[in-house]
Amino acid sequence: MIRSLHRLPGLVAAVLIVVLALSGAALSVLPAVEVVATPAHQKSDLSVAELAARVEAAYPGVEQIKRAPSGRITAWYREGESAGAAIIDPATGRGVAAADKSAFERWLTNLHRSLFLGDAGRFVAAAGAAAMLALTVSGLLLAARRTGGWRRFFSPLRGPFWGRLHVEIARISAAGLLLSSVTALWMTASTFGLLPEGPGAPPMTTSVSGRTDYPAAEMAVLRQTPASGLRELTFPYPGDAKDVFTLKTGEGQGYIDQGTGALLAWADLGVWDWVTETIYMLHTGRGAAALGIVLGFMALGVPVMAGTGVFLWTIGRRGRPRIKANAAPGQADTVLLVGSEGGSTWGFAATLHAALTAAGQKVHVAPMSAFSPSCYSRAARVVVLAATYGDGAAPGSAKGFLDRLASLPTSPGFPLAVVGFGDRQFRDFCGYAHNVVRAAEAKGWVQLLPLDVVDRQSPQDFARWGHAFGRVLGIALMLNHQPKPPRSRAFTLVSRRDYGAEVQAPTTILRFALPRARLWQRLTRRGMPHFAAGDLLGILPQGSTLPRFYSLASGSRDGFIEICVRKHPGGLCSGQLMDLLPGQAVDAFVRRNREFRLGRGKTPVVLIGAGTGIGPLAGFARANRKGRAMHLYFGARHPDSDLLYGEELARWQAEGRLASVTTAFSRSAARAYVQDALRRDSTRLTRLIAEGAQVMVCGGREMATGVACALADILAPAGLTPELLKAEGCYVEDVY
Amino acid sequence: MKSLLVALALTTALTLPSMALARPVTLTTNLTNYGGNGAYLALYVTDAKGAYAGSLWMAGGKSKYHEHLSDWYRVTGGNSAEINGITGASVGAGRALSITLDLADTLFDAGYALHIDAAAEDMRDSPSEIVVPLTAAGAGKATAGRRYIANFTYDM
Repeated sequence: MIRSLHRLPGLVAAVLIVVLALSGAALSVLPAVEVVATPAHQKSDLSVAELAARVEAAYPGVEQIKRAPSGRITAWYREGESAGAAIIDPATGRGVAAADKSAFERWLTNLHRSLFLGDAGRFVAAAGAAAMLALTVSGLLLAARRTGGWRRFFSPLRGPFWGRLHVEIARISAAGLLLSSVTALWMTASTFGLLPEGPGAPPMTTSVSGRTDYPAAEMAVLRQTPASGLRELTFPYPGDAKDVFTLKTGEGQGYIDQGTGALLAWADLGVWDWVTETIYMLHTGRGAAALGIVLGFMALGVPVMAGTGVFLWTIGRRGRPRIKANAAPGQADTVLLVGSEGGSTWGFAATLHAALTAAGQKVHVAPMSAFSPSCYSRAARVVVLAATYGDGAAPGSAKGFLDRLASLPTSPGFPLAVVGFGDRQFRDFCGYAHNVVRAAEAKGWVQLLPLDVVDRQSPQDFARWGHAFGRVLGIALMLNHQPKPPRSRAFTLVSRRDYGAEVQAPTTILRFALPRARLWQRLTRRGMPHFAAGDLLGILPQGSTLPRFYSLASGSRDGFIEICVRKHPGGLCSGQLMDLLPGQAVDAFVRRNREFRLGRGKTPVVLIGAGTGIGPLAGFARANRKGRAMHLYFGARHPDSDLLYGEELARWQAEGRLASVTTAFSRSAARAYVQDALRRDSTRLTRLIAEGAQVMVCGGREMATGVACALADILAPAGLTPELLKAEGCYVEDVY
Repeated sequence: MKSLLVALALTTALTLPSMALARPVTLTTNLTNYGGNGAYLALYVTDAKGAYAGSLWMAGGKSKYHEHLSDWYRVTGGNSAEINGITGASVGAGRALSITLDLADTLFDAGYALHIDAAAEDMRDSPSEIVVPLTAAGAGKATAGRRYIANFTYDM
């Protein structure tokens, strides 16, 4: 619901909103320019009478004096047959510059408020403001959901770059856009007389004296009014004895007899005048130039958000594959329900649909939000493929599923299977899939097989689940899903360093040459992408199309690709890599791993790893040319056998790339694991983390769990937990 | 150029009950290129003593800005009933407003004067920019304005 409230105005009004935002941003600078260009008041006790006398002396044909909120004083006057206007220096009463509003400013203003279309354009612009308001409110709700609540609203964002950029800008500019759009709507309503107004000009009750000779400098009312409170003073038309002085100040407006100087009528400003003026000031920045600049700056975020928003929408659409031969809901024996946020889960559904259809089944694929069991008259089973949004919330295409499930009178007569898609690095891994299972259990819905999970779009995880699912159905189900067919290329091995044979953990550091990209490949962006330590190398072993991922221990700047591989008994890919000789090549591709990146800045870094987990950590140290304080904790089996990067660690420490290296060996006399080393160093770790250090953990799942437990104990006295650090982005893991 | 025929019998006191004693009069107001947004114009009539007699036309529909037509506003108190049914759009710089009304014969050569107040956004108000006595002899003769109005003519 909120999502469509965000998407619809965004797509329909994107261009309009961008035009309004850009013209508004350009206009926002003008009040500040005016303030800077305005001659300063030297005397603050200058009265309107004195000011009028000075201006009259300089311009005998003066018709009107106005004071803008910026303090700029302008006089309009007649010289013979021509009319002029000048910005006045209040100290002298003389003009310092011509005052007419520039044609460009007028053009910009008319574009901004009415698109040059008169009243119709004002309505269109107001509709744009309303769309902006709807977008801001719905966007704030979505952002709060994404970050896991209002209290974590400003916590670091995760996920793909464009989505992060969109939300990051939104978080910065939402307040200004909210203010600008609300005040815009208010001003439009005020222009069309839909809001109450102040009393306006006072009625003339007494008649004028008919004389014209009383000097403005002597008028009591003008002498009592400070020039700083003046809005405008209009002189009577020369020779018109019935005309009067019209005075408008911050307090009200009235008429003064030009023959006696007496106040003929006066009306104070009402509450609504004050409200309207305040709204005008907040929207235009006239009288609040700094605010204007801030609002204008925030408005500049709008074009970026419109661009990224439309882009995200199109890739979300594009990510959803066309399902060939999708069976009707009433005909299908298997119904696949997809809960997808970015569209990637649809790809898995398409693979499953194709495999089941090939096995002779009739399969219906639909979003989870279209769940309607009463239509599935021939269904023998329902499979739910559910991603998660934020902390356990429903993804885009699953909105309303749980409500529909809860409102069913009885549990469906066919069994359910749930597959969760997610990322283990998030706090609530597959949280929504778990919610679905809990709701199904509460309803008494029979489950075909227990909840299974697919981590980070892992084809292996999905294939494993497909195998189990096929066994239940009595068919051999081979699910080979490639999320994005990777463009692999041949990487040639340059060197290898072997470790660990003595401690039954054969491990090797493999270094590959960077494939040379031809000029045209670089120009067409088909060359080697930029990569950094912590990114992944996907290797396609011979005899398999499923890539195996290894963390990179080097970055583009190093000029080579390095990974650490440990031989797994019976492992296809690790076996082939262990046998690889320099000169031989593997098929591989680089994939970004944005979640496992060094944070920016100069805060210290705590690197914790064991076994081949040292790879990316070594890469971080190697790239640490600026001498950022990096503390490495490394667990291995024996110092003489599998201390990977042993020589480099000493050298990097000497060069200042590593501030400290602490090792723990499980097969030495001390029999220590890396978490034991952490506990021994608890005082220093607490201090480092309190200083804002980023903790980066890489290695096996058991080690990562052990490290998290150790850190939880170490940080408890300081009132910190690994979960809290993770939520703030100060604790990242790369676990396998 | 726009031409409007407005029967004022019901809206103002300027016409006599019998249309036989009225004649169509075309009022043409040419604006200068004053370099601003569309101008608001109030056309109204005062009697021989200078007292307000009635309104003929209001160019500019938003009543919140009518106070800038300050003479008209002062004599009418901004009463929108005075311009009910005789309100049109504001007039752009350099453009002309032409309206045709049935005016009572008694308005002419009897000391009545036609006033035009003008105002534009962010610019000086110009009350009674045109004050021209209504006479049969004056028909067809242009009167020059001061700020927004280049000239004004009434034709019978």
